[in-house]
Amino acid sequence: MAANGSYPIDRIRGDFPILSEEVHGKPLVYLDNGASAQKPSAVIDQISKTYETGYANVHRGVHYMSQIATDAMEDARRKAQMFLNAADEKEIIFVRGATEGINLVASSWGRANLQEGDEIILSVLEHHSNIVPWQIVAEQTGAVIKVVPIDDAGIFLMDEYEKLLSEKTKMVAVTHVSNALGTIVPVEDVICLAREKDACILLDGCQAAPHLPVDVQALDVDFYVFSGHKLYGPSGIGVLYGKEALLDAMPPYEGGGEMIDRVTFEKTTYAELPFKFEAGTPHISGIIALGSAIDYLNGIGFDAIAEHEHGLLEYATERLTEMNSIEIVGTAPEKAAILSFNIQDVHPHDVGTILDHDGIAVRTGHHCAQPVMDRFDVAATVRASFGLYNTKSEVDALVEGIKRVQEMFA
Amino acid sequence: MSTDLHDLYQEIILKHSREPKNSGTMDNADGEANGNNPLCGDRIVVYVKLDGDRIADAKFEARGCAISVASASMMTELLIGKTINEARAEGSRFIDLLTSKDPPEVADDDELAALLGVRQFPARIKCATLPWQTLAAAMDGSETEVTTE
Repeated sequence: MAANGSYPIDRIRGDFPILSEEVHGKPLVYLDNGASAQKPSAVIDQISKTYETGYANVHRGVHYMSQIATDAMEDARRKAQMFLNAADEKEIIFVRGATEGINLVASSWGRANLQEGDEIILSVLEHHSNIVPWQIVAEQTGAVIKVVPIDDAGIFLMDEYEKLLSEKTKMVAVTHVSNALGTIVPVEDVICLAREKDACILLDGCQAAPHLPVDVQALDVDFYVFSGHKLYGPSGIGVLYGKEALLDAMPPYEGGGEMIDRVTFEKTTYAELPFKFEAGTPHISGIIALGSAIDYLNGIGFDAIAEHEHGLLEYATERLTEMNSIEIVGTAPEKAAILSFNIQDVHPHDVGTILDHDGIAVRTGHHCAQPVMDRFDVAATVRASFGLYNTKSEVDALVEGIKRVQEMFA
Repeated sequence: MSTDLHDLYQEIILKHSREPKNSGTMDNADGEANGNNPLCGDRIVVYVKLDGDRIADAKFEARGCAISVASASMMTELLIGKTINEARAEGSRFIDLLTSKDPPEVADDDELAALLGVRQFPARIKCATLPWQTLAAAMDGSETEVTTE
């Protein structure tokens, strides 16, 4: 683990081939990690290696290659288990991404456990993927959605949350870190209060998993989801963690191969965990490469990553605060490395197009979090989200880019 | 600034976006439609007042980028006074200008030429076309929201 000042940034940047690409004749400055992170060679090479030396379908062949692929996939499951500090590897369900993980819980747990008048608590900070699945199940079951507000800094209002909690609360589904603002939600308190009402808790860890160490046992959370592609792994693969007792009691989400024990036309019995929730041939190479991404992050160390990214956030916040006519949206004291802002009288899309011509990739728009935009009465923001390979000189490039936007629209 | 970026943000575009023509609401409109770009959250409302089959007045309220506001502003300037059929034809021509595979040929005095820079920015074409699609819906009296997706 690197101590302060010895973060091996040059080596790390060298691990990501795309960072040496040029965009419009300028070096790529990739500040859209909140949408998806770039991939280190270790991940890219693992995908080829799987197909070149160890690929077949998993869990069903008696032949050598099937065994190799199965072992590699189950090895990745153990890596994911350790990454979240889950009690058992069968609590790790591979899904396409966090979106599928939330849909699985909303559909399977929700339809089995929610009744008319039951309440689901979400927050204004949620990504659409942690809103819409609950709206669908609420419509089907007659459950009601309650929403925890945020303050002008983007802070989750714990006292308002406490007021919403009641005996009717059956599920609390909130984000660990806001994708639009970067706010870190004090999930320990959220969980503690939910426990007093015996409510179930799901955390959307998409933005948290790449930045913070996560310990599902210490948190005592019921469900936790994250996406591989934001964790420097492949797209199309993610993880749903669920407590064994809850997963065991839940009906299957999708039917198909792999998830069965015995099938007859009269009755089908289902496989054990985790396979009950993994119908069909999985994203084998993606799962194995997700394991490589986790190895890669562990190799750098989460404390070092968090410290590096926090330094970038502080520096970027300071530099943007010094500029004229910039409004930072989301100023909670506890934030992950996400900086949302607007330039006065310039629409974020125009900012994004102009920055792109300097090789700077930022996200512009509503970030799939329209309730957050409504809360701040903006249509959209520009979002710079930093990853483990970003540098202060890239923040400087962003600042220069913003100056050019302002000159153009002056 | 690179040439294509300069093509996109020509002075005339910036001028229209800073001081859009015909921006605002309209009482007693004969037609009104909402446009929405769900990918970016931008919204526009277009109002038309008709005199027979002629557009007597058109106004818009937009929450959008410089390209969409400039496009809406230029559109209303160009189409007020035109018949519904002429306006529809201009709308189709405009969308063809931005989306045709081969570079279009336009006259030097074509008011829409300033928006052709958008062709080099595929992600921004919908910003420019949404006002026109919404105007078409307003003339149709369509209740359905126009969406870019």
